[in-house]
Amino acid sequence: MTLAQRGRWITIGALMLLAGIYVRALRFTPVELTQGPAQKIFYLHVPAAWSAMLSMGLVGLASILFLIMKDARLDRFAAASAEVGTVFCCVMLTTGPLWARPIWGTWWTWDARLTLTLMLFFLFIGYQVLRGAVTDPRLRANYAAVVGICGLILLPFIHLSVYLFRTLHPMPIVLKPSAPSLPPEMLVTLLLSFGVFTLLYVGFVMQRYALGEGGSDA
Amino acid sequence: MRELLRHAWLIARKDLQLEFRSRTALASAFVFTALVLVIFEHGRDPTAVPTIDLAPSILWVTFSFAAMLGLNRAFQAELENQALDGLLLSPISRTSLFWGKLGANLVFVALVQVVGVLLFILFFNVPVWRVWLPFLLVCALATVGFIAVGTLFSAMVVRTRFAELMLPVLLLPFLLPPLIAAVAITVQLFAGRPLSESGGWLRLLAGYDLAFVSLTTLLFPATVTE
Repeated sequence: MTLAQRGRWITIGALMLLAGIYVRALRFTPVELTQGPAQKIFYLHVPAAWSAMLSMGLVGLASILFLIMKDARLDRFAAASAEVGTVFCCVMLTTGPLWARPIWGTWWTWDARLTLTLMLFFLFIGYQVLRGAVTDPRLRANYAAVVGICGLILLPFIHLSVYLFRTLHPMPIVLKPSAPSLPPEMLVTLLLSFGVFTLLYVGFVMQRYALGEGGSDA
Repeated sequence: MRELLRHAWLIARKDLQLEFRSRTALASAFVFTALVLVIFEHGRDPTAVPTIDLAPSILWVTFSFAAMLGLNRAFQAELENQALDGLLLSPISRTSLFWGKLGANLVFVALVQVVGVLLFILFFNVPVWRVWLPFLLVCALATVGFIAVGTLFSAMVVRTRFAELMLPVLLLPFLLPPLIAAVAITVQLFAGRPLSESGGWLRLLAGYDLAFVSLTTLLFPATVTE
């Protein structure tokens, strides 16, 4: 079985599991008291955000390793990861406003996390525009790696700067110093969804990586 | 280290000499700054929004746009007659080359900022001189890190398609943290608050400068491999 085929199977499996997550979220997970059914989008939104961050993290890591080892496979992986990350960013940036409208009463607000993810989206776009504008593959790999590393370092600064500025986004509920403040059923659904989204990421990246193996990857 | 700085100075001097002789980029940046300020003045309702509330944003948007103009220039000149290859072949380290370019860009942006502030005082009647020393510090801190990233990116984008368009697309996310911090501090300063109240922002700016000046210095050799 080729890499692309394996990637496709993983993606299909993950999509089926995602459907399962939603059966669980809608049927077997309690409805949140104040937010009502709108909260159900949380099982899509938060894991998508996680996958987008994971993509950027791995783009940065692959970029650092590329500049050290000069292995074209790392560059190809970074390209694949960035493209997949853009997709997850889109999921996150569409589900977020859908939730915010009924809960916050506004589609968008300039909160720390929202601004951060929007900038992450712009970074991904810029990264890909740059890749598209360089024809020499060696030069392209170097340039993309430089932008990838700078982007990774930039994200904490954006978060910090907007955090100092203003924030309205719900505070972290799982990854925080004290114990998670979610009821156990919700937490399990969320964690399962994290797993599924990571699997989706792997499946997408494998397919995209296989596409780039022809050597004409942009 | 001394050698490094001496070479950087040589590169910066060459760039600045080139600029002062032709004055194309500098002149257009001055005119651009003036134009943006005029547009801002006419793009607001003076009876609804007091100048002082809008002043910090006007100033920093003008500065960042004008800086972007200068950045494209830095490596454009080296494309002609393969001057960059000549520079790379010369016994000058890549670090010196980068610092030289960065230095020249900083001087360029500083000149534009001086003219920008003078015009700003003239047009908007904001008493910047009362806080000139802390304001100078904020300008310097907010500009250095951002221009370092810009210099690095401009070395790459000149050799891509749509170079002039590419730079803002890549650079604007990097502009966000220094811009937010600079505007926040400037608001405080213009409102007559002491600089010590903006400690968090100053630390953020200093951290940003430190991180990106060192990172870009490290990454620059990867952009000029050929």
